[in-house]
Amino acid sequence: MTDTILEVSNLTLGVRNGNRPPTVIVDDVSFRIARGERFGIVGESGSGKSMTLRSIVGLLPRGVEILSGSLRYGDIDLAATTGAARRALMGPEIAMIFQEPMTALNPVLRVGDQIAEGSRRHLGLSRAAAWDLAVSMMAKTGIPDPARRARAYPHELSGGLRQRVMIAMALSCKPKLLLCDEPTTALDVTVQHQVLRLLEDLCEEVGASLLFVTHDLAVVNQTCDELAVMYAGRIVERGSVERVFRRPEHPYTAGLLASAPDFDQPDRALVAIPGFPPNLAHRTDGCAFAPRCAFAQEHCHTASPPLEEHEAGHAAACFEVGRLLEATA
Amino acid sequence: MTDVQEREQTTILRVADITKTYDLGGRGPWSRGPRATLTALDGVDLDLRRGEILALVGESGSGKSTLAKILVGSLTPTQGSLDWDAPDGAPRGRHAARRVQMVFQDPYSSLNPRLSVRAMLSELLLLHRIVPRSDVTAECLRLLNQVGLDADALDAYPSQFSGGQRQRLAIARALAVRPDVLIADEPVSALDVSVQATILDLFGTLQRDLGLSILFVAHNLAVVQHLSQRVAVMYLGRIVEVADTAELFSNPRHPYTRALIDSIPRMNPGSRNSMPILDGEPPSPFDLPTGCRFSPRCAFASEECSTIDPPLTAVAPDHSAACIKSLALPSIAPTGEQKEKQ
Amino acid sequence: MSAPTAVLDGFQTRRRAARSRVLKPWYRNGSLMAGIGVIGFLVLVAILAPVIAPYDPIKQDLQNALASPGAAHWLGTDKYGRDVLSRLIWGARVDLRIGFLAVIIPFVVGSVLGGLAGYFGGWFDTIVMRIVDIFFAFPFYVMVIVLVFVLGSGEASIYLAIAAVSWVSYAKIVRGEVLVAKKQDWVTAAKLGGMSDARILTRHIGPNVLSQAIIYGTSDVVMDIMAIVTLGYLGLGIAPPTPEWGSMILDGQEFITTHWMQATIPGLVVVLVSLGMSWLGDGLSDLLNPERRK
Repeated sequence: MTDTILEVSNLTLGVRNGNRPPTVIVDDVSFRIARGERFGIVGESGSGKSMTLRSIVGLLPRGVEILSGSLRYGDIDLAATTGAARRALMGPEIAMIFQEPMTALNPVLRVGDQIAEGSRRHLGLSRAAAWDLAVSMMAKTGIPDPARRARAYPHELSGGLRQRVMIAMALSCKPKLLLCDEPTTALDVTVQHQVLRLLEDLCEEVGASLLFVTHDLAVVNQTCDELAVMYAGRIVERGSVERVFRRPEHPYTAGLLASAPDFDQPDRALVAIPGFPPNLAHRTDGCAFAPRCAFAQEHCHTASPPLEEHEAGHAAACFEVGRLLEATA
Repeated sequence: MTDVQEREQTTILRVADITKTYDLGGRGPWSRGPRATLTALDGVDLDLRRGEILALVGESGSGKSTLAKILVGSLTPTQGSLDWDAPDGAPRGRHAARRVQMVFQDPYSSLNPRLSVRAMLSELLLLHRIVPRSDVTAECLRLLNQVGLDADALDAYPSQFSGGQRQRLAIARALAVRPDVLIADEPVSALDVSVQATILDLFGTLQRDLGLSILFVAHNLAVVQHLSQRVAVMYLGRIVEVADTAELFSNPRHPYTRALIDSIPRMNPGSRNSMPILDGEPPSPFDLPTGCRFSPRCAFASEECSTIDPPLTAVAPDHSAACIKSLALPSIAPTGEQKEKQ
Repeated sequence: MSAPTAVLDGFQTRRRAARSRVLKPWYRNGSLMAGIGVIGFLVLVAILAPVIAPYDPIKQDLQNALASPGAAHWLGTDKYGRDVLSRLIWGARVDLRIGFLAVIIPFVVGSVLGGLAGYFGGWFDTIVMRIVDIFFAFPFYVMVIVLVFVLGSGEASIYLAIAAVSWVSYAKIVRGEVLVAKKQDWVTAAKLGGMSDARILTRHIGPNVLSQAIIYGTSDVVMDIMAIVTLGYLGLGIAPPTPEWGSMILDGQEFITTHWMQATIPGLVVVLVSLGMSWLGDGLSDLLNPERRK
């Protein structure tokens, strides 16, 4: 588990504004994913987590660019890879699953064809062989009666089945890195459970690393080993899931944990985080979370805390970690 | 029997045997089979008590949204009745608004984009003559304060608010007419986690301060556990279990309820559930299985389960489940109370 | 509820969520300003016709017929010696006025019928839509021309003919918008609020839905002006000697090889009107349908 499959270094994404300073959407984000590791990125809307994911696959919306930093997949510089070289990567190396299966699947093609397309292109399989592979992938993802279902169109399948089709499609070329953008948010809880287990099992079988973006802390706990918490475009805490959940070192993480309903502690009152996220167009010099933070001091409003390790393997971007740990001990 | 009588006195809305079917006719020689009938609700009985928050939980296809719409009068049931505990009987026409109101799931489509907050609230206040015209602005401010917004909001338009704030506005609108009952159809599902907490908090406060009876439709059991006093679980158009919240979670007596509970992802790093809980997909509502509709996926099912369609029966005081094996299910280990089975 | 939470989560007018873009003010909207500029200019010219037109547009001066453009007559004179520029300016009054007024009745009738059809559905919807389909089967200009022919030329018949034919587009557009709006939760909320259908249609759905019809109206004005000009060209429109761009084209047509301006310039002005209205329509579309059309 020591070799790194994806390294994101000081990634900054934003929109250039001519003479004025650019609007920064993702600010100086760094993390690394090892082979076989399951890494989660947690944040709410506007945190920049989806943008980070999209920059890896080169799907940034028009106007948003990589302003600085690098994305390295093994030896390859992803930002510099375009056109045919990138297409060669997508599928056998890197694959992605989206939140809303209905818009991620082509409504006029049979699902079997959609799954087979990847393997035909990247693995050079014949039509028949690719179809067989598609059916077997569908069976692996737990779709009942796969041979018949492969001939169905997306609208004929339920949400859970479509999501399984997407997983089948993504894993058919046995990628080394699987990116997931809130894949279970739109699913019922029992289906979510099935899909998450499926992702775990298949990733293990194929040996793929997982980069899982979500806003649901409980899902991250179930699915990932390591995680990064994002707020206003920055990583505010990073470490193993176990450490971060047990002893959060950033007030935002602590706030998220306190405001989320925890099934094992029904009597714990939900404490909401006051205020709301900042307008990214008007960044201040200070910590982005300071206006809402119970531990904020003078210096928190004037300087932005860097992401630093306070214990091995666990980093937080906060000046007041000591006070936070005292208060929550 | 006094228990029952007492319950009847506090019941504000009784749902009796509600059924809703849709007749989707065959479309000619190329249609797939005979006339299809979609059964969204199949004989639902439920009581909503005064001043309580009752959670209605189910997944897609359970019929919970359909039931919610029937309760507010947007849909008419094919069969069955709604009995309101009120001197004037079932509310009609304009007066229905004073009885029951709804908060919707999508904060972005539940407010008219062209009406300012003031216009939206005043219209209701004046139409129902809640307060005299001279007091309308003061009343609007009072409503806004009640949901945690301030006077700035009065002359703004919905597009200027965030999702959580829009839900507050939707709640303010619902409260404007001073209803007895509030039906909340998944009101926090579309919101960020940290915002959900504030809205849930708000519902709790409204229940306490105003004595509102709330039917809270949800698919997230964790949310429900924090907020509601009683829970009703739905599966494929039927209610399969009803109990007090604490009782339901510590002593679930229907296999589907157990599956739901077990599927909830936990936040405790030590408790990952990697066990398979439930297999397969819910059957199509067009093509319901014979006998118990949950039996094809049930871990405890046996021969008889596919022949008997179990009704909702009491398994403990104020706790009913629709399963022939409910009393025989193994008890849940440590956190729940152990109850002796008869 | 804890007071701090309530207060801090309160609404602040100037702050916007990170996602939404700032709406640019209307005067920075390029299309809108271009449209207002062009149309405004033409409308102004039309209004000031008595003041700015150098000559009386109907007064004939046969000595001076077919003069070339020059200092005295910037665009020359037509076969009756009438100043082309003055006729152009006075013609604007006729064409623009009729063009703008002619959309009013179809807009009202079409929107009402379409709105009711969409909202109530059922047999009313079926009947109205079948009538709409029938009308759509016939080409617009052909129908208008035939109707004017039957009713006799003149301003009144033009209004009647256009009204009879172009209401269907509005009906279709508004019906479509109402069908979508009907499903929105805020309509359900209005019904739950005890509001009557009439109130919902006029005060709630109406404002949301009419913007599309208005935008269509801008292009409809152009269609109507084209119809009027065509009728004038065919000799079915406004009776001569009232200046009108269509009849000017008709008059100038025989001299296209020698005095091309008489037939072409009015046509170019119509193109200009079309361009201006198109910009106006685009600008209005941006204005009336802000990005938050969720």
